[in-house]
Amino acid sequence: MNDFVLIRKNLFRRKLRAILMIVSILIAFAIFGVLAAFERAFNVGQEVAEADRLVTVNKVNFTQPLPIAYFDRVRAFPGVREVTHANWFGGYYQDPKNNLIVFAVDPETYLHIISTDMVIPPEMRQAFIRERTGALVGESMASKFGWKVGDHIPISSNIFSQKNGSNTWDVAIVGIFGKRKPQVGTNVMLFQYAYFNEARSFGKDTIGWLVLCTTSPSINDQVAKGVDAMFANSSYETSTDTEKAFNKAFVAQLGDIALIVTLVVGAAFITILMIVGNTMMMVVRERAREIGVLKTLGFSSARVLHLVLGETVLLALLGGIPGLAVAAAVTLALRRSLVEFVPGMALNVSIVLAGLGFMLMLGLATGLLPAINAWRLKIAVAMGRG
Amino acid sequence: MPESPLVRLVGVSKGFVKGRETISVFHDLDLAIPAGDFVAVMGPSGSGKTTLLNLLGGIDHVDAGEVNVAGQRIDGLTESELARYRAGNVGFVFQFYNLMPMLTAAQNVELPLLLTKLGKAQRRSHVETALKIVALADRATHYPREMSGGQQQRVAIARAIVSDPKLLLCDEPTGDLDRATADEILSTLKVLNSELGKTIVMVTHDPAAARFAGRTLHLDKGCFVEKELAA
Repeated sequence: MNDFVLIRKNLFRRKLRAILMIVSILIAFAIFGVLAAFERAFNVGQEVAEADRLVTVNKVNFTQPLPIAYFDRVRAFPGVREVTHANWFGGYYQDPKNNLIVFAVDPETYLHIISTDMVIPPEMRQAFIRERTGALVGESMASKFGWKVGDHIPISSNIFSQKNGSNTWDVAIVGIFGKRKPQVGTNVMLFQYAYFNEARSFGKDTIGWLVLCTTSPSINDQVAKGVDAMFANSSYETSTDTEKAFNKAFVAQLGDIALIVTLVVGAAFITILMIVGNTMMMVVRERAREIGVLKTLGFSSARVLHLVLGETVLLALLGGIPGLAVAAAVTLALRRSLVEFVPGMALNVSIVLAGLGFMLMLGLATGLLPAINAWRLKIAVAMGRG
Repeated sequence: MPESPLVRLVGVSKGFVKGRETISVFHDLDLAIPAGDFVAVMGPSGSGKTTLLNLLGGIDHVDAGEVNVAGQRIDGLTESELARYRAGNVGFVFQFYNLMPMLTAAQNVELPLLLTKLGKAQRRSHVETALKIVALADRATHYPREMSGGQQQRVAIARAIVSDPKLLLCDEPTGDLDRATADEILSTLKVLNSELGKTIVMVTHDPAAARFAGRTLHLDKGCFVEKELAA
């Protein structure tokens, strides 16, 4: 026997009570794991952002357009290595329920800039640049709809329409691309800006945003300020920031995910803290005589304190670790169905480590007061010998 | 030169505060118990019997005076020093056994050995020996709820002696047992005293139990009255 056996036997002397506490902790950590995986997935764009990339959008709101003429003016700005532009298409396939993430882009410059994120075979790259109605589709989207190179696809927009009244653009799939980084989503379609722009009925010669690479990340701030100053007091003032900040702001449209996670997990934790803490206080009161016996045998107050804390930490681990396992299973199950919205959803090492840290904190927090009570308990009082 | 006593109290005073009143239990009490003695302490309720055991066991502190046990003065020790003193020098036997209900007999006996540096095999050997002394080797894997009161008290005695303490403090060890079982327990204590040389201080209300001891100290109003028991 050792202290661990003593702790384990104490914890499970009332099996039903122990199991109920473990289940409640398990649920809390399952919620934590799933929500943390969501939160991470929503913010994954910040991880893939390149240090030297800036994004220029309309100062009013990034849904407002910019003139295409800005593309050449920004390209000529000192410190800018290369520029591309893109438009949000607001697409769907056949039925508005089949949402598509579609961007109308300048093929050559866009592919050059995103080459660090995506794997595109050279012949497909060339075909996309060459074919005016060509489209590149990410692996995930192609797999979802069963598309292959050579297929002709009608893509519709819930924002734009053509001059002939149709809101559908026919594109030919000229390539399917993969990803270089696990966090990059491939549930995306790219088609030519020129094709999109010539047919649309409004907003002609405008673009959604510019993506520019600087010659060095150290001049990012200087370039951003310079670009915005160039268009100050114009009809289309700009706001330039790093790609990371842009991605963060994009996600923030959906609400502060981190805050939601913190509030939900915090509420669950505080509830459990109170339940487990109160139960452990009762346990220590019930075991006052046994604690007195241990001290009589020569167990020091510090050792008794460790035994009580060990019990609550073990309780937290026994509930928390299976809770994270449940969260991993749920995340895996949700991953396929949510791949369109949160492609990087996964219970990664940092979430598991954070979870283990929370378990330790929960164990210590719930055990602290009962452990102090046990530590302070006088033998004579505990044994009714005073 | 006579051997110094195992237990020596010199000028001990002890009182309790109850409301605004201080109730004196002992005033300037002296006591000497030689090593190998088996002493029964009797007296009316409130006479200070349990307080005496608490002082000898380092469970309570004196207000004044000295408490020496096994050549060590314990009245000025800190809580952690007293814990070490108890672990190394004193074995306790209580009226209501006070075994851990979730541990087997062997695990209960092993508890004090968790405070030593003994290895697993050595601990097992000590536990087996202690259980053999109290004739419960065959009950090692039984839980307290699976044993009679007498068997539980014998497990408690095995726990008290497993770390080979010099002094055994017994607080009404037969108070919860029938006569026959009580005699078995007292015989075991007698053997521990006579054959293993344990010094025993036993508090009891039972004159029959006191007859197993070598001498009886009558405690009344905080003073000892010593007399030999009739055969």
